[in-house]
Amino acid sequence: MRKMIEGSRAVAEAVGLCRPGVISAYPITPQTHIVEELSQLVADGDIDAEYVLVESEHSAASVCLGAVAAGSRAYSATTSQGMMLMAEVLYNIAGMRMPMVITGVNRALSAPLSIWNDQQDTMAIRDSGWIQLYAEDNQEALDMHIQAYKISENDRVLLPVMVCMDGFVLTHTYETVDMPTQEQVDAFLPAYDPLYKLDPQDPYTLGAFAGPEMYQEMRYQLQQEALGAKEVVKEVARDFQAAFGRWYGDLLETYRCDDAETVFVAMGSVIGTLKDWADMRREQGDKIGVLKLRCFRPFPLDEIRTALAQARRVVVLEKAVSVGAYGILAAEIRAALYGQAKTPPVHCAVVGLGGRDITFETLDEVRQRADAGEADFFAGLRRELLEAM
Amino acid sequence: MTATGKKPRRKPPLGIVTRPGSSLRNKTGPWGILRPAFDWEKCTGCNTCESICPEGCIRHLEKKQYEADYEYCKGCGMCAAACPFDAIAMKEERR
Repeated sequence: MRKMIEGSRAVAEAVGLCRPGVISAYPITPQTHIVEELSQLVADGDIDAEYVLVESEHSAASVCLGAVAAGSRAYSATTSQGMMLMAEVLYNIAGMRMPMVITGVNRALSAPLSIWNDQQDTMAIRDSGWIQLYAEDNQEALDMHIQAYKISENDRVLLPVMVCMDGFVLTHTYETVDMPTQEQVDAFLPAYDPLYKLDPQDPYTLGAFAGPEMYQEMRYQLQQEALGAKEVVKEVARDFQAAFGRWYGDLLETYRCDDAETVFVAMGSVIGTLKDWADMRREQGDKIGVLKLRCFRPFPLDEIRTALAQARRVVVLEKAVSVGAYGILAAEIRAALYGQAKTPPVHCAVVGLGGRDITFETLDEVRQRADAGEADFFAGLRRELLEAM
Repeated sequence: MTATGKKPRRKPPLGIVTRPGSSLRNKTGPWGILRPAFDWEKCTGCNTCESICPEGCIRHLEKKQYEADYEYCKGCGMCAAACPFDAIAMKEERR
């Protein structure tokens, strides 16, 4: 059914349609509306789930880990400082091979304190073993949650999935979305059938200790199966299209890349701005293409190589910075292209930190500075503030 | 296909999801460099060593006879420290 609702509510309803058995979260801006709505849906009896109130994000993630261990489908959502507090448990959820879904609402990290959007929080969790998907708009965000459970619970994956959506830009904006019916979601996503769980009749030890004689093999298997999850992400995108008629790309999506000379790479809501800007630039004869990365972990190495094979210049927009190094995504794209037949220059533009708008003017500036040969830079800076230092 | 007509599923991930009893399978004996040696002249059979061993690997055989299971003994020395009669010495284990 098509309706005009806020991004957070769309996600909450989609999560409800996935029939989680346990929801546990701690409210933090700008994730709040998602969990408020879910708590309301549970209180109203619209979702048959346990909503567990907790005193912190560390506990919320721990409750979810326990719920999955007990054989339930679990959900949480967090952002920024909450994500950092969860981090210890997030590594455990992935390492213990507990399939679940968390919405990683994207927000800046302290200090300075900022409630506004960028992607430094989820990027900081990238090495944990979680699958990370980045949504472009609210329809994709809600659909991605349904896909996420299907990916996560696949026997070949058994890894948690983080659906990353830009705080405020998506969570607090109203869009017309097509909300699937319960019957459609039930047909696509069967009830969770755990391969292992805590059961006195059929006991397992979950999260066992590993000595030096075994730890490395266990991490190797985690790595191999995380890489293998790429195929499942693709399959689920195709299955989703067959069931719901919507397609966003699988691991990535190319937009006007076929004859593009300069390809901009980014993740999340900025893709919408980029596509419009590319259209405008193309009307002026400037051959711009856009590469949208939907799946950042596992990293689609081969697919990126193929997508960028013809590009003469690559520009990566980063809504995060590895302080003391530079752009995280740009570094990985450079590594992906290293040793290829053609290695275009890869420029890294850090933009939109802490809620700074990314406008056509920002993109024009990025374009200009990349053409001038700047490798790593911040764009959209307020020069007058810096000059007054 | 199994007898129930269901497709057989994969094995659980290596090591991290296991059947119970992993502490029996994980032999911790090689961790230590010391092992307890009993002086039966001093031993009174008071059971302090048996009850304090964190691994539960000291077994009371008869009145003044104990046996340490060196497959699991980590050589922590709790038994020697706790023995009221100084009847246990921690000796270097040479392999």
